Amino acid sequence: MNDVVLRLSGIDPQSELAKVIAKRADIFELTEKTHDAALRPSDPGGLSHAMRAAIACRIASLNDDAAFRDHFGAMLDQAAPDETERQVSDLDFRASDPRISALIRHADLVAANPRAASGRDIELLRQAGIVEADVVRLSELVAFVSYQIRVVAGLRLMRQSA
Amino acid sequence: MTRVLQDFTTKVPIWKPHVMPVDLDHATPAQLDALQVTPSNRKISDYVLVLAHDAETLKHRSPLFNGIMYNRGGMSRAEREIGAVGASLVNRCIYCAAVHAERYAQLSKDETSIGKIFADGVDAELAPRLSAILQFAVKLSQCRPAADGEDLARLKDCGLGDEEILDLVLSASLFGWANRLMHTLGEPVAE
Repeated sequence: MNDVVLRLSGIDPQSELAKVIAKRADIFELTEKTHDAALRPSDPGGLSHAMRAAIACRIASLNDDAAFRDHFGAMLDQAAPDETERQVSDLDFRASDPRISALIRHADLVAANPRAASGRDIELLRQAGIVEADVVRLSELVAFVSYQIRVVAGLRLMRQSA
Repeated sequence: MTRVLQDFTTKVPIWKPHVMPVDLDHATPAQLDALQVTPSNRKISDYVLVLAHDAETLKHRSPLFNGIMYNRGGMSRAEREIGAVGASLVNRCIYCAAVHAERYAQLSKDETSIGKIFADGVDAELAPRLSAILQFAVKLSQCRPAADGEDLARLKDCGLGDEEILDLVLSASLFGWANRLMHTLGEPVAE
């Protein structure tokens, strides 16, 4: 089972729960495709594959999900990160580059406390030189990973109660 | 005169983007494909035109959204809307909450529960099954996700089967995604 959601949920392919999930196979296939589109798009714009994996590591850490942290950490290793991209994956990193600092600030806000976000936060990204398309790319990455982590959290509960 | 809405409402607001939507006349082939633009379908919301900046994820997002909310079998469409509303309460997405509260009320013919949910959140006095569904959606939507075995047991005690619970996990999680776009890339305004 190569599917990220099913692997990180720890679901036995022979289990009754796996049969229930199979009825929604289209959803899980589209989730996997979106994972690849958000983490490893063919046109990454201003967010490299390594930067995307590093930001995903932060989101996993903010959600206290070690399995996702390991998964995105492995993707970061595969993406040949530079020194800064590797540091971004660490929640304690304080970037000196204003663009990186703005990306991190916004990713953390949208992942951990989206209700507090406002138009001012988008303005801060713009002031840091981040173009409109990259604002949307960053937002989709954070939003998608937040979804995927919750799907897996729910499936783990279902597995444990089976 | 427009004003930005700060409180939950069942009257669906207008969504005003903070990011410039893609201009259809200058869209790339990949964007047009993801938007499913055809000569007879050029009416596309500002929200989707904003998301078209990232055509690769948008291409999968639309069918995924429709699948989770409208697929046959499993949880009723009305109850899936409560999964969406629960997430939208946590993330305070006024726009998503209004749209999906309205859909719930239409599908269920239940005209009283949404008012209670907007007033009292998870403490709202609801039918036990609806309350269990809302509670699970709200707790799964926290960062970190806080739903636990007791919340799941409560769903089962209220008669939900695994197929229904899976659909609830999917709809609440989907709005963890949708809210993080809708609420951060624009704002709800009333005319």
